[in-house]
Amino acid sequence: MTPTAPAMTDAAFALALALLLLAPLAIAGVALINTGLGRSRSAVQALLGNLAIVAVAAIVFALVGATLAGTLPGAAGGAGCIFHLAGKPWNWIGASPFLLGGLAAAPAQSQLALLFEFLAVAFAALIPWGSGADRFRLTSGCAAAAVLAAIVFPLLAHWVWAGGWLSQLGVNFSLGAGFLDPGGAATAHVLGGLSALAVIWIAGPRKGKFPKEGLATALPGHNAIYILFGCFVSLVGWLAWNVAGALIWLHAPLAALPVTAVNTLLSASAALAATFAVTRIRFGKPDASLCANAWLAGLVASSACAALVTPGESLAVGFIAGIVTPLLVEVLELAVSIDDPSGAITVHAAGGLLGLFAAGLFASQTGQLLAQLIGIATLLGVVLPLVYLLFWLLNRVLAFRVDPDGERIGMDLHELGGGAYPEFVIHRDESYR
Amino acid sequence: MRYAGLLVMPAGFFLAIAALVLFPASASRAAFVVCGLAVEALGLGVAVRGHMPQRGASRP
Repeated sequence: MTPTAPAMTDAAFALALALLLLAPLAIAGVALINTGLGRSRSAVQALLGNLAIVAVAAIVFALVGATLAGTLPGAAGGAGCIFHLAGKPWNWIGASPFLLGGLAAAPAQSQLALLFEFLAVAFAALIPWGSGADRFRLTSGCAAAAVLAAIVFPLLAHWVWAGGWLSQLGVNFSLGAGFLDPGGAATAHVLGGLSALAVIWIAGPRKGKFPKEGLATALPGHNAIYILFGCFVSLVGWLAWNVAGALIWLHAPLAALPVTAVNTLLSASAALAATFAVTRIRFGKPDASLCANAWLAGLVASSACAALVTPGESLAVGFIAGIVTPLLVEVLELAVSIDDPSGAITVHAAGGLLGLFAAGLFASQTGQLLAQLIGIATLLGVVLPLVYLLFWLLNRVLAFRVDPDGERIGMDLHELGGGAYPEFVIHRDESYR
Repeated sequence: MRYAGLLVMPAGFFLAIAALVLFPASASRAAFVVCGLAVEALGLGVAVRGHMPQRGASRP
């Protein structure tokens, strides 16, 4: 994760490129899961929104974000603005050529890194969309994605991947190898999860979710098949994502890659098994959507640590993710009244933070845990307030929440004029009484 | 209250950064970073509490 990376062999380059072409399956899987977790009367809007957000994020990142991320070398060779504090350099923002200038002439590894960032920014921008399901307007969702792709993601990507101050903690402060995030747990998932929290706070809960008296109303997802099939699709994408990340950011030897893939699978499997057991004990039967959430949480945690830990440690990380996921979903909904239909806060924010912590905890290098903790402190202390501020300002210009009529008839009819299931009769919703 | 929590969170971050700059010894540096994280957790708790909707507010 430093600008002075060793040159990549042709075989490693070809493999990393092929893996990155498979990685969008992770995004497709999460889009399918988010659509299934929403209601049937908002299904088309949800899936179209996922696609539109990926498109907007890619365009805005190419226009603005890639310059600030500083992945491509600048005119002077380096790609960053540096200030000095306490005798140490702090590389805080990138300065690559505008509009991807010099991309074709850049080193092969920089080109791969940029492609990885394109996928990561699309993923990060997609995550809050699922949490705003059934009330988040399409135009506002795209605008929020543009804000993330133009400002927040590039800053974080530069700090973590492009020679920024977090990646240099090892060089400047002897903290292991600096902050490590080979699979995008921080830059894509925690950023997306924290953005989801900001969207939920600003847009508010769905109508009828928290009645005046009694417990929160259950608003179950409309298609468990989408949710569970999305988990399978995600696995393929995640395996590609984590192995590509190990190649690009850690310069892992080819012989180390199968372990990364095995760790990814083990983390997700252990998380699923743990949630299966927890929900079986708590509710008498396993809960399909919570198991799907746990599967994803295991995958998210593996993004941070699959390339850095042993299979046994990966099992432990997944097991913890699987125990925490159903409990945290319940706490967020019942104790603090957070209406998160896709469970993004639990899956992406909490799962990512767990993985980042585990990457430091199980590391052999001295100071790695502290480097990971400083990265976590940055995500909570800088990224969340910054995203909230930007979204709060955006909401003043372009309201996040649809009007009450739109929420009553469903987002499909209100925003698109047609639904996913035209033969269905929309029934009266009892929660509106 | 909802904004106060979000303002406290950067304070925790700066505490963690101050630990890097001020303390070369690993024990005191780690302690300060953990304190920074604790401040952030406190801010997050306040922000979550401040954003909890009034019961019935989401009803039409």
